[in-house]
Amino acid sequence: MNMRYVSRETIEEELTKAINYITFNPDPELPALLKSALADETNDVSKDILNCMLENIKLAPKIEIPLCQDTGSFIVFAEIGNQCSIPDAPLSQIINETLIKVSAELYLRPSILKDPLLHRINTGTNAPAVIHISIVEGDKLILHIAQKGGGAENMSQLKMFTPSANPEDIIDFVIHTVQVAKGNACPPLIIGLGIGGNFETCAILAKKALLAPLSHKNPVLEYAALEQNILKSVNRTGIGVQGMGGKNTALAVHILTAPCHIASLPVAVNLQCHSHRHTTIII
Amino acid sequence: MKTHNLTLPLSPAEIDKLKINDKVLLTGYLFTARDVAHKRMMEIIQKGEVLPFELSEIALFYCGPSPVRPGNICGAIGPTTSSRMNSYTPYFIQKGLRVMIGKGEISSEVQNTIKEYKAVYLTMAGGISAYLSQFIVSCETFLWPELGPEAIHKLLVKEIPAYVQCK
Repeated sequence: MNMRYVSRETIEEELTKAINYITFNPDPELPALLKSALADETNDVSKDILNCMLENIKLAPKIEIPLCQDTGSFIVFAEIGNQCSIPDAPLSQIINETLIKVSAELYLRPSILKDPLLHRINTGTNAPAVIHISIVEGDKLILHIAQKGGGAENMSQLKMFTPSANPEDIIDFVIHTVQVAKGNACPPLIIGLGIGGNFETCAILAKKALLAPLSHKNPVLEYAALEQNILKSVNRTGIGVQGMGGKNTALAVHILTAPCHIASLPVAVNLQCHSHRHTTIII
Repeated sequence: MKTHNLTLPLSPAEIDKLKINDKVLLTGYLFTARDVAHKRMMEIIQKGEVLPFELSEIALFYCGPSPVRPGNICGAIGPTTSSRMNSYTPYFIQKGLRVMIGKGEISSEVQNTIKEYKAVYLTMAGGISAYLSQFIVSCETFLWPELGPEAIHKLLVKEIPAYVQCK
């Protein structure tokens, strides 16, 4: 089998460009969604804030101030082709060393602690990143990356349903999650929903669902319809932009599913704030 | 939506005039504090020691700024989730604090204390740091620099926008 070698330098270079980009630019489809939310909104405070969000997106790359002070946990879903070799160093080491370098260069806020409970000391570097690696067919290295803020992450939820649950129960769970979150998660939200797998898989699916293009729909028609149904239901809660009331609580819902055990129906809801910073690198 | 141009600290009469969902443009000093700073401030007061500012004269801004790039006035600035400070806020209000700025909803206990003491909680929109940076005149690390973004920073702001959420 012919292996394709990808050098450390190439990964560092592409990752540096991508982190630079997402620090100052949200998902490219986000401004259009915010504009259509603005056109549709009747709540004055929500309209005012939507205008600020659109202005923020224009300003950030010009003045090189991050879109949000919380540049988050650095999330990477790496897909390594079975014919792609990265011989120079372990991929996670390359990612973390690049993250440390770029965080310093861009003056990103250090937001990661060494220990969660007993010694909450900042690593000062934003490392370590949260890295999920899978081996796929092909000779490419694909990195889906995101900066995920703490506010929306804190309000995310996971529930182990029993097989008796139906789609309506799942919709109610998403609405419950959004209602508990209110303004804390910085709506209008993007909602990642992981259904199936097991305890940890559904959470990973929910996170991965957030990294799809905003206009992406689940390829299974029934799930695509459920995405739309959840979006409409969430927007009927009246929570609104930043929890200030109105018609626009979420902008998109993405569902990912996986096979699961006969006894189980795990569901995870990962909330993403309007500062939706992610991109995909293909090397 | 009514807009008020206000200079900090706010007088009881100024707070009294505000209505829920009014917009305020704040000018003056904001002191940033997150979870760790709240804990330390509470320990200082409980030990009978004195804080290096009067709670009644400051506005507390739940915020952890990013480091300042050389040549810039400030880093990225914006509110963090206010409800994480729920367990400290009633105590600080009782000790004189009147203006709090953050994002999201606060507990009913904090809301009741705000109403009882005629204080005000303002919401600032999250995730608009580049936009908000235009309203920052100066930024200095005021206390506990070892905490980095969780230190208390003193910000001079000019007409920074926020909305009345509880009073």
